Amino acid sequence: MKVLSHCLSALTLALLLTACGKRATSGSTLLNVSYDPTRELYADVNVAFANQWHTAHGTTLKIEQSHGGSGKQARAVIDGLQADVVTLALAGDIDEIARQTKLLPGDWQAKLPSHSAPYTSTIVLVVRKGNPKGIKDWGDLVKDGVQVITPNPKTSGGARWNYLAAWAWAAKEFNGDQAQILAYMTRLFKNVPVLGTGARDSTSTFAKQGKGDVLLAWENEAYLIDREFPGLADIIYPSLSILAEPPVAVVEANAAKHGCSEAARAYLEFLYTDEAQAMVAKHFYRPRKAEIAAQATLRLPELPMVSVDADFGGWAKAQATHFNDGGTFDQVIKP
Amino acid sequence: MSHRSATTESAPVRWLLITLALLVLSLFLFLPLLAVFVEALRRGTDVFFAALHSPAALSAVQLTLTAAAVSVPLNTVFGVAAAWAVTKHQFRGRALLLSLIDLPFAVSPVIAGLVWVLLFGAQGWFGPWLAEHDIQIIFELPGIILATVFVTFPFVARELIPLMEAQGSDQELAAVTLGASGWQMFRRITLPNIKWGLLYGVLLCNARAMGEFGAVSVVSGHIRGKTNTLPLHIEVLYNEYQFSAAFACATLLGLLALFTLGLKTAVEQITHQRANRRT
Amino acid sequence: MSKPRVIPGFGLSLGFTVTYLSLIILIPLAALFVKAGGLGPAEWWRILSAPRVLAAAKLTFGASAAAATVSAVVGLLVTWVLVRYRFPGRRVLDAMVDLPFALPTAVAGITLTSIYAPNGWIGQYLAGWGIQGAYSPFGVFIALTFIGFPFVVRTVQPVMEDLGPELEEAAATLGAGRWTVFWRVILPALLPAIITGFTLAFARAIGEYGSVIFISGNLPMKTEILPLLIVSQLEQYKYRDAAVIAAGMLMVSFALLFLINLLQRRLNWHKR
Repeated sequence: MKVLSHCLSALTLALLLTACGKRATSGSTLLNVSYDPTRELYADVNVAFANQWHTAHGTTLKIEQSHGGSGKQARAVIDGLQADVVTLALAGDIDEIARQTKLLPGDWQAKLPSHSAPYTSTIVLVVRKGNPKGIKDWGDLVKDGVQVITPNPKTSGGARWNYLAAWAWAAKEFNGDQAQILAYMTRLFKNVPVLGTGARDSTSTFAKQGKGDVLLAWENEAYLIDREFPGLADIIYPSLSILAEPPVAVVEANAAKHGCSEAARAYLEFLYTDEAQAMVAKHFYRPRKAEIAAQATLRLPELPMVSVDADFGGWAKAQATHFNDGGTFDQVIKP
Repeated sequence: MSHRSATTESAPVRWLLITLALLVLSLFLFLPLLAVFVEALRRGTDVFFAALHSPAALSAVQLTLTAAAVSVPLNTVFGVAAAWAVTKHQFRGRALLLSLIDLPFAVSPVIAGLVWVLLFGAQGWFGPWLAEHDIQIIFELPGIILATVFVTFPFVARELIPLMEAQGSDQELAAVTLGASGWQMFRRITLPNIKWGLLYGVLLCNARAMGEFGAVSVVSGHIRGKTNTLPLHIEVLYNEYQFSAAFACATLLGLLALFTLGLKTAVEQITHQRANRRT
Repeated sequence: MSKPRVIPGFGLSLGFTVTYLSLIILIPLAALFVKAGGLGPAEWWRILSAPRVLAAAKLTFGASAAAATVSAVVGLLVTWVLVRYRFPGRRVLDAMVDLPFALPTAVAGITLTSIYAPNGWIGQYLAGWGIQGAYSPFGVFIALTFIGFPFVVRTVQPVMEDLGPELEEAAATLGAGRWTVFWRVILPALLPAIITGFTLAFARAIGEYGSVIFISGNLPMKTEILPLLIVSQLEQYKYRDAAVIAAGMLMVSFALLFLINLLQRRLNWHKR
């Protein structure tokens, strides 16, 4: 009896000990909770910022990274993942953190320039090399025999941008006629054989498993596919797309608790500097600074783009109209 | 003639069945295992070993080992106690208890992770209290351990219960009559009888603990080099287009599986020989 | 109740078992039910009868049942060969049966996907026949069969090993052919074990997540399984909905397990 209870209490104690401490108020580490396609970008940014911090303050700053679907990451922060900064796919997810917890203020988006989005991107069509199906624009995606790969808008931030981009094109094409737009979206999703849980999931399906004719993807993902799988795909710019603004924010309560508020703010401000903006361009995002974009080795083409704020009434409204239960996506996906 | 054909099959039927079984198993078991190794070595041994040597992989291995090192002993102690209670004694509610012990088998790993979030997450029952005392359970090692313990809960017990049921309690009863204390009896009689079954249960429990994905994925913060276990690290690599590296790490778990199976076969052989010697 | 307890340690072992069980399994699951129970029956019904949930339930239970059935047949064949025949490599084969137990589900998922994808080792041939391997309900079925069939082998094997030749010989002397003997003598004796194996494989398949999400197309209404739906609800911050679906699944699983244990008890009782 005694042996057992001793064992048990020792183990409980061990559990508790590992639970506490570790990173309480050291202030020397920073946790960046981000979405899927930014892995390569932040790998570079973190090294550069840590160096700069070391030169400026003489202390070593360790930056930890966590990546995953944007909604999943936001949920993790709500449930207690100790993020000091969040760099997610869309403002709606950070809004949700602010709404459900007291970790950051409701007006977080006003704290940094350009509504807290240091880089932008857009949605493009990725087709198989040589474009055998002759895909030129959104309208071609609903043709018979065309398979479209996109993640699930319910679980993936990138997929929501894909969805809204297609919607915006249809709205323009059909002069805002709701029934026709819905009919187009329904036919589009009839052509989707696999709904990945995240952007990376869908890219793997398209590139690695050889499934589908068109992949709807972030522009930066599209160029990354070209680099990782040379000769596999071509990038098609549609006649209209959407300005995707992935936002960043300091999770103020967490950063304060960990004693790294200053570092967290400096880290996000660093994203707007020339040095970081050049990295942004290098990883095929669109820098905010026009002169950096102009210097980039790869000039990303200009194209007409709608924006969530101007054309969809902001993320809260877009989320409710399209992606919540009973929204347009649920109608579209109905058999 | 009719007698013979009724207790065994004719040679052609026999070989047909063997071939069929072999075919099914090779399509089903050998091929996936082979695929893991082929994919891992596709870009050569350099990439293979580099993937295993990367700091992130090493920390993932370390975390996986730590989680297993805590959860396996816990569930072993539980398995022995549960098997003892259930097989050496009759009591009301035994069937219910047996079903409850089996329950984690049938609980989706996702639910196994979710329940801990509901308990210890920032929005959960104990969330506010934990936050006040600055204790982090979810998205840290304790959460990963709890999820692992939940998922591997029944393995040892399930291996031991049928074994001890079959062995009966005669030897223990004899020991009691001869005046042995409970602890002596357990150590001298029960433990030697069940040790190989126990070992196999522990091995399976360990393999599952190290390989668990769904439950751990829910409670891990996916922080690179910190809260990624080996299976999660494999997913990360897979998502970073480092397919060869992903499969290289998968070979570690594949080898673990093979090692487990090999050891099990050896154990069975030993018990078999013992049994033969005794008779 | 009838005979006095002779073997010591009942209180200690049962006490520890129940305490540990409560801490690790029951209290956490209670949290789930409390979360889900905050909603009235009408809400439960609304969540569980949503078309997407029904479609996912249909796929999950349908594919699990199909996989468990095939597991039962394949498992019986494999067990038969392993127990009754001697051939080179039998021991290796016997050990390999446990591979799905030991192989991490995520690895199994990635690997099965790469094998059954349109450009995979098997997938390319399947595609030639117009069968879609990965990203279809068939893919889900493949993964679940992979996960499930060791359960059948491992539950049937000991029973078949214990099956003495006496009955078969008796039947044979009475003039029964091999097929009749199998059908009328051997199969009935194995049936309880096969049903137990089937139910275990079935219960495990219902909850399976890691291997399925890679190989399934994850399409709502088509190839989405219940555990994925739970995750998807979580990611939309709908904890209650997730908890209700999870609680529903749990009750089905528990009912299944309770049924097998009752069944086994009855069979044991018959034996005595």
